[in-house]
Amino acid sequence: MNYHWNWGIFWEMSADGRHTWAMTLVMGLGWTLVTALCAGIIALVLGTGLGVIRTTHSKWAVRLGNGYVEIFRNIPLLVQLFLWFFVFPELLPKSIGGAIKSMNPPWASFVPAVIGLGLFTAARVSEQVRAGIQALSRGQGMAGTAMGLTSAQTYRYVLLPMAFRIILPPLTSETMNLIKNTSVALTIGLIELTAAARSMQEFTFQVFEAFTAATVIYIIVNLIVVNLMRWLEKSVAIPGFVGPQVAEGAH
Amino acid sequence: MGEFDFGVIERSLGYLFREGMTFTLTLTAMAALGGVFFGTLLAMMRLSSHKWLSLPATGYVNLMRSIPLLLVIFWFYFLVPFIGAWIVGSPRPIQVGAFASSVITFMMFEAAYYSEIMRAGIQSIPRGQVWAGYALGLNYWQSMKEIILPQAFRNMLPILLTQTIILFQDTSLVYVLSITDFLGAASKIAQRDGRLVEMYLFAALVYFVCSFGLSYLVKLLQQRIAIIR
Repeated sequence: MNYHWNWGIFWEMSADGRHTWAMTLVMGLGWTLVTALCAGIIALVLGTGLGVIRTTHSKWAVRLGNGYVEIFRNIPLLVQLFLWFFVFPELLPKSIGGAIKSMNPPWASFVPAVIGLGLFTAARVSEQVRAGIQALSRGQGMAGTAMGLTSAQTYRYVLLPMAFRIILPPLTSETMNLIKNTSVALTIGLIELTAAARSMQEFTFQVFEAFTAATVIYIIVNLIVVNLMRWLEKSVAIPGFVGPQVAEGAH
Repeated sequence: MGEFDFGVIERSLGYLFREGMTFTLTLTAMAALGGVFFGTLLAMMRLSSHKWLSLPATGYVNLMRSIPLLLVIFWFYFLVPFIGAWIVGSPRPIQVGAFASSVITFMMFEAAYYSEIMRAGIQSIPRGQVWAGYALGLNYWQSMKEIILPQAFRNMLPILLTQTIILFQDTSLVYVLSITDFLGAASKIAQRDGRLVEMYLFAALVYFVCSFGLSYLVKLLQQRIAIIR
């Protein structure tokens, strides 16, 4: 086969004329991680809130939480990002919508990407949180009430600390999913890792070098995340307590 | 809402469903069938006691699961012509259509995810049943085909179907290859007529109704299977 390998391509100047291709990929990785981090914070906060209200006794709160999860789980992530990028600014009053659309280049795609990924992942986190709380024995909540804690205090000091320890393994794979899902933001113009590899391929025609590099970087990130989470699991583990395992979600 | 024209949806319904949705559903069905087939083979390889079978399968599954689907789509889009050339012995990369390329991509990608489900399914059958099969004089393939796999499929059916709903949603990512799947069709009309809001809202609604309806059916199926067990 006549494919011309050129691994030196990474040290050549990229299309922007200021960085090497290697640096382009590193900057892409940076955007991948920053986007995932910001979306992850939204997902964790909102997902925890939704997961909690889905375990309360209020019918309306449960319905609200379930409705949220169904909506955000049954629309493809790509379509959700399009909605935040193309549709959402149009539905706002003209002045606000216009201001959103005229943001400077990285931010005009970064902000919708973070919102979209954050809300999408929140639905999945809330499933884990709910499963984690329900995996605890009912007596734990009752014991909290018996001790005179309000239900907010019961969640804060009794249920959630145990639930989070139980759901750390599925949250690990959710973190990886989030990092992988940031690649979908390339469709709304965010130059994250996959987009950087793609632009390298378009300008240099060194298809396989570019994609190999991106693949290797994703695998390394994967290993780092898995080990960080394993370390976290170990350092927060309560001796003698082995939490029941919660089923893992798919990608 | 006065400035929106939802009539554009009605005018393009034929194109959206005859061209777009047909492509999406065909791709989903072929990728699901192929994915379950190769996924089952991968699961059997992973559970093999031969290292030379289990190691490559494990490596493949872990590799596919650690990179984004979009990167896999790009990989296969450029790789398939070279692999094809290698298979037919052609000196230059062969032409592979967008459809064939995306079917192969999704089949190979989903195989990794289906294989994890099938591995759990095979492992859920007690070892004794395999031994009972051998004791009856069946060989490996016969005991797999007659005893283990039918039960594994049955136990895992709801999860396999749930994964297929995810696959149905994921096929929208072929958008990056400018293919006219359902989202691609909606996006073309949206850009041609300048009706982004209407078309993308409609696309979201259609995906939601399909996925929600299917997952409701899966829930019903799950309840039926649960009663029998």
